[in-house]
Amino acid sequence: MADIVPLSAAVEGLVRDGDTVALEGFTHLIPHAAGHEIVRQGRRHLTLVRMTPDVVYDQLIGMGCARRLVFSWGGNPGVGSLHRLRDAVERDWPAPLELEEHSHAGMAARYAAGAANLPFGVLRGYAGTDLPAVTRSIATVTCPFTGEELAAVSALRPDVGVIHAQQADREGNVQLWGIVGVQKEAVLASARSIATVEEIVPELERRPGGVVIPGWAVDAVALAPGGAHPSYAHGYYDRDNAFYVRWDAISRDRERFLAWMERHVRQTADVGEYHRSLAELAA
Amino acid sequence: MSGACTADEMMAVAAARMLRDGDVCFVGIGLPSQAANLARRTHAPRLVLVYESGTIGAKPTRLPLSIGDGELAETADAVVSVPEIFAYWLQGGRIDVGFLGAAQIDRFGNLNSTVIGPYERPRVRLPGAGGAPEIAALCRSTLVVMRQSPRSFVERLDFRSSVGCGDGPGDRARLGLRGAGVTAVVTDLGVLEPDPETCELTLTRLHPGVGAEEARAATGWPLRLGADLAESDPPSQAELDALRALTSAGDGAASA
Repeated sequence: MADIVPLSAAVEGLVRDGDTVALEGFTHLIPHAAGHEIVRQGRRHLTLVRMTPDVVYDQLIGMGCARRLVFSWGGNPGVGSLHRLRDAVERDWPAPLELEEHSHAGMAARYAAGAANLPFGVLRGYAGTDLPAVTRSIATVTCPFTGEELAAVSALRPDVGVIHAQQADREGNVQLWGIVGVQKEAVLASARSIATVEEIVPELERRPGGVVIPGWAVDAVALAPGGAHPSYAHGYYDRDNAFYVRWDAISRDRERFLAWMERHVRQTADVGEYHRSLAELAA
Repeated sequence: MSGACTADEMMAVAAARMLRDGDVCFVGIGLPSQAANLARRTHAPRLVLVYESGTIGAKPTRLPLSIGDGELAETADAVVSVPEIFAYWLQGGRIDVGFLGAAQIDRFGNLNSTVIGPYERPRVRLPGAGGAPEIAALCRSTLVVMRQSPRSFVERLDFRSSVGCGDGPGDRARLGLRGAGVTAVVTDLGVLEPDPETCELTLTRLHPGVGAEEARAATGWPLRLGADLAESDPPSQAELDALRALTSAGDGAASA
């Protein structure tokens, strides 16, 4: 059964320096509060895994938490570049960042293989592109039945999988719905896992298309209302598209980025204070 | 042309017209999403929009900023996981048209969305390939929409993220790629299509007011003109109204 604990205790107990950590959530339900807690606790040398690094990994990379990034699309959706990611790759600031780069289909196959306890995933992919030449976790395999050559990608087995969901019950059973992305696979592929949730309810109300992860398959559940912001939680709050637009200017400049992270993340104790600090800024 | 219309508006309208009613279209964010949503509001109301977030049959009322905006899920016929959208629906062969953009394209319709400069030390680190390599490989056909300039229409890609016709005729079959590859490239100047013999992208249509020399100057390889070089019909008032309603609603959402 998952322990229901404060987020700070979950990160302290389960995320270690040098770990391979996957914070998943495809545009929806991005676990920003957990990312902020990793920054507050000053984790270092992490291998960060995520299909779409998004603002959450722009922040972790800019704060020097990462040594390596495993990903498939690293932009600010609908806006442009992730400037902290670019600064790390193009100018080694604040530290060099090693890349392991895939396509979305390849990353999805890698998570599914990890969840299924297979050493690799198979897909029709990458043929004719330059990606296999720069990424060692892409190879080919011959089908033993048809002789066809297919792409093989090594399984993802993160040390820690972190997701954000709408609800958990008191037993730590977790339910998410709306765009469910690759979160179930990320949790089941990982050795340890953390789920932050919008609310803890006496009993889960089953939702159409909802994904339930039983509490015994999750290590820690932490209450973090608003914990996906600026991403969203279907049924709770909308994506803060204006924030994604504003992030372009905040993140473009190193000093402005550091000042923003200091005020809204490092000097706040938790997700509640983070939201209050943003509200003060708007007032 | 019906009133003043920008080159970007002409591009969006020309791209939207490429989609047929009833097509199942895998939509990239940005210009492709704008064109696909315009098509659904004009001549192709039964166009099925599929986004890589797993939303199948999305019917957004405003232009989404991301491929995973909540409205896509709320209006979709089905919402599936990311592994499922790529494995069962795209790789399963159920998508008619892939609709992509890119930073660079070459004469064979190969696309770069990864880096400008060398991979290990890029001058510009672009977002990366995302869903595009398998979209370009597996859809029955692929449309590209991008602004035409010598920086984007290049002799040689800095990185090949997605395959059009590869190195030329027969290359897709050799690579085992099932779809037809890039069948049209819609730009702010006109439309390019692969020559059936050589696979080389050839100018087949110019937008009103654009000359062939302008298109040649905006292309990094010696651009050949199609034998039946035609002129695009200017946008109708209905097309322009629909596009402007769509983009102003989208802008409103982004700055709210």
